[in-house]
Parts: sequence; structure tokens; C-alpha cells
Amino acid sequence: MTPEKRQNLEALALRVREHIVRLSTDGGCFTGASLSCADLLVYLYADYLNVRPDNLTDPGRDYLFLSKGHDVPALYGTFVELGLLDKDRLARHLSTDDHIYWHPNRHVPGVEFHSGSLGHLPSVALGVALDCRLRGQDNKIIVVTGDGELNEGSVWEALLVASAHRVNNLTLVVDRNQFQANVATEDLIPLEPLAPKFEAFGAVVRRIDGHDFDQLATAFSALPFSEDKPSVIICDTVRGRGLPSIEARADRWFCNFSAEEVEELLRELHSQEATSLTSETLTVR
Amino acid sequence: MTYEELIKQTALADDRLVVMTAENRALIRNLPPVLGPRFIDTGITEQTLIGAAAGLALRGRVPVVHALATFLTLRAFEFIRTDVGIAHLPVKLSGFVPGFLSDGNGPTHQAIEDVSLMRGIPGMTVFAPADEADMLAMLPAIWASPDPAYVRINTRPATYEHAPFELGKAEIVAEGRDVIILTYGMLFEQTLVARELLQAQGKSVGLINLRSLKPVDEAALLAAARSGALLVTVEDHFITGGLYSILAEVLLRHQLTARVLPLALEERWYRPGRLGAVLEHEGFTGQHLARRIATALGEASEDIAAGPAVLETQFAE
Repeated sequence: MTPEKRQNLEALALRVREHIVRLSTDGGCFTGASLSCADLLVYLYADYLNVRPDNLTDPGRDYLFLSKGHDVPALYGTFVELGLLDKDRLARHLSTDDHIYWHPNRHVPGVEFHSGSLGHLPSVALGVALDCRLRGQDNKIIVVTGDGELNEGSVWEALLVASAHRVNNLTLVVDRNQFQANVATEDLIPLEPLAPKFEAFGAVVRRIDGHDFDQLATAFSALPFSEDKPSVIICDTVRGRGLPSIEARADRWFCNFSAEEVEELLRELHSQEATSLTSETLTVR
Repeated sequence: MTYEELIKQTALADDRLVVMTAENRALIRNLPPVLGPRFIDTGITEQTLIGAAAGLALRGRVPVVHALATFLTLRAFEFIRTDVGIAHLPVKLSGFVPGFLSDGNGPTHQAIEDVSLMRGIPGMTVFAPADEADMLAMLPAIWASPDPAYVRINTRPATYEHAPFELGKAEIVAEGRDVIILTYGMLFEQTLVARELLQAQGKSVGLINLRSLKPVDEAALLAAARSGALLVTVEDHFITGGLYSILAEVLLRHQLTARVLPLALEERWYRPGRLGAVLEHEGFTGQHLARRIATALGEASEDIAAGPAVLETQFAE
């Protein structure tokens, strides 16, 4: 990746993070989970997937399924920056006049399927992957899951079936930000060693730094990792990445900041100097 | 014509149709070589089965999905509601051995809340054919519809020549002044027997085969209620959420009331055994139904004769 391209992606990701911070008020959103996968989604939509404003219903497009639906602010922020979504719709966050709420839904063009209930989209994406193969098409099918989401047996069931059917056009990407809702994964339902678990289920696995655009590009450009197996990319990430004042904290999954705090956090995004936050810590599910 | 022949014929004529199963191949075992990759067996994974069916439907396919009715509607319920229901995708659910048809399997296999669960999903349609002929008559319309559908699969041989199927319409088998029996699914066969036994006692007995529980034929239910006859709902389902509940909802919506005898399973699973023994034990043979109805009418029931022996089913699951 050229330095210029990397800088463009980093600038894009910064603007996406600004959208996420702006959505973290007036009812709030899942800020921490969104910031951890912002770089991943920016990379995928800006540089990897064949998804553009003019091909959203083309059966030859690539598919991204956001199974960890809580990070939808990162998706919508990316959509706005890439011209898939009108920025004004974000101003209607949590308004019943629009469909911009805490989980993705198909009232927003570019969202392939609704999510919110964890562990569903690996199997839905498998169905799409099977159909693309049936039709002899080479679409790339990506499904992004959380790491807490890996508690759900249906993720593993879908992977088992994908392996059995030798599906190689399906890639499961894990946003490994080390937290499930309100607790560190390793303190509740430990996942490590994670890569061998996926390997045992028949996938070929790579593990990368999910905030490093060079590593993202290297891993995704090597897909599929096998001719007859599903691929898994574990992206090691930081919950709340970009805002040192909330990074890697169990209590900053869902955030509802005051307007003043949002302004301070926007400054923090650029300066990387921690803000002192006084808003109530919310632990919700 | 069998279920398998119908699905084969339909799939060969329409490549949107894909056949899926959670390793339940009883009715479709000869299809893999015919359909090739359009036959998808996900193994014993009802959740993945439904999720993948939703994905295939997103791409324009019409998946006809097979699993035992109980595992399909219970294990995969949230996947049906959330992936098929919210997106309103044309996934066609074929639930095998529903109701009493799981005969000897025991409570784990008894799908007797399936109608209640499936009809609770917005946009889902629910069908319960009386027998194989009734089922083959309705499946083409069900598979051609853009709606998600749940079908209580029933391959028992017909003992009655059915009228042509019309979506959303019940089959009025007979009018009656004293009693009108409302039923669906495999118990239709026993209600036919019960009707004959009661007619032999001088009673005028109507019989309605609902066929479709959602949409339900409201006009048929209202006409039956307005007739003044004793209404008898007969179903191999819990008393909550099935036909008795549907009837109550329709009557209340129209500010009507009626004398209703609900014959259903109340707050318990049924005693497993061969089908004939189950119907006998649970009081759902033609003779038992006729006696229970006669008693409700205040009539003597001891001299009501036995009906024909119940045909046993031939498979194990």
C-alpha cells in the first residue's frame, strides 16, 4: 500500500469516527464496539469490496453482512463518507421518522440484512455464498462478527456446515476487541486460543492487527485462503479505538454523552488527549 | 403423485426452487441426484438451515425447507421469526410429523404448539392439509406465493375426495344443524368417521376442513357460529394458540359468541405410542370424538359404534 493511500484511508476512518462520536448522544449508541471496527469497515468498503452507490442491487456485487449489528454507527459513517447514505439521515438517529437506530436494517440501502440478534448472519451469509456458487459467480461474501458473538453456538454451527459444503467464497471476520457487552471476554467466556478453534472447524485462519491498513490489505487480498475451505480473519482491535478516554474499557460499550462531551471527544479524536468524562456510565444490553 | 414427485416436478420447471433439509430425508430421499447442488443438506442444524434458507431467498431462490416440525418450529424459532419473518422472505417450511403424527416418539418430538408459534409471526402463512391428496392440492399455490409459509406435512392416504384448493378458503365438507365440526390436519380423517357415527344417531352434523389456519377463512367460521349449531374444534395441538384460539379471536372481533366444545390437548403432552393407540388413549378416534360430542349435546353416547381401525404410519424418526 502506498503511503498516500494509507493516509487517505486513515483520514477517511477519522471522519467515520467523528460520525460515531456524534451519534453517541441524544439516546446514544454502541460507541466502543463501533470504534473498534471502524478501520476494518473503512478498508473493506473503500478498498476491497465491489460495492458502490450504483451497484447495490446488482447480483454480481460483493456482500458484507454485519452480524455484530451494534457497530452500525461505523457502517453508516462509512456509508456517508462513501456516498451510499445521505448524511441528513444520521441526524434522524433514533427518530421514528427514519430507520436509523441501534441495529442495521434494510431500510438503509447497502445494508444487506438486518442484525441485532447475534449469531444469525454467518448462516444467512452461507446461504448467499451457496447461491453465488450455484450460479457460478465469484462474489466475495464477508460476514463480520464480534468476539462476544462467538459465544453463540449458531456461529460455530454455520462454520461447520460451510466447511462441510467446501464453501470458499465465505469469509468470517472477527472484530476481536476483547470485550463482550460489559465484561472482558477472557474474564467471562474465554475464547483463546481462538485461531485453532476456527481451524478445528475447518477454516483457514489469519490473525492481523485490525487497525493496520497494510495488514488488512495483505490479508484480504490473499482471499480465499483455500480452494475448498471457508476463510477466517481475526482482527485484533481495541474497543473504543481513537478515543483514549474510553479505550479498552468494559463500561464504555454503550455511550450516551452530553453535547459538551461530544465536542470534547471530537477534539480528542484529533489530539489523542484524553477527555475527562462525567456522563453516567451505562451498562445495558 | 407423491410429495417427492411434486417437488421434483416443480423444481425441474422452476430453478428458483431449492430443496433444503436438516438431514430429514424421509420424503425427499431420491432428490439429490435429480437436483444436484439445488439439494442442500445442512445436517442436524435447524438454525443454520433457516439462516441459509434466508440467504438463498435473498438471492431470489424459493427454499423448501425440511425438518421435523418440532425442531423446525422450536429450535429454529428465532431464526424463522428474525431472518425469514422480519425480511418476509419466501421460505417454505415443511414440518414433518406434526401433532399426533410423531406417534411413538414422545414429548420431545410433539409439535403441538407449532400453529400457535408460526401464526404469531407477522406475514407467515400456516397450512394443515387433511391428507396427502389435500396437501398435494395446496402445495403448488403455497410454493408460488411470495409469502413465507409453514406446512404441517401430512402424507396419510385420503379417505375423502377433496374439493379444489383455494388459498385462504376452508373446505365445507357438510352443512349441519345440530353440530359443526371444525378441524385441520390428520384428525380430519377421524372427524369424518365421527360425523357418520353421529349422523347414524339422527344428528345433523356439519364438517369444515380448515386447510389454511393463516389466512383463516373467517367467513366460514362466522357462518358456522351464526348457524346456532354446537361448534366443535378438533385439533392435535395445545388448546392455546390453535384453532380454538383462532375461532375465539374471530368471534370476539365480530362481537359474536357461540357454544363451542374445544377438543384439543390441554396443558400436557400426549402419551406416546402407535398412532391408533395414541388416538384411543387421548380420545381422538372417530368413536371417541362422536361420544364426546354426543355427551356435550346431552345425549347418550354408549351405543355409538367403533369406527374403522386407524391406519398406522410406517416410518420412524
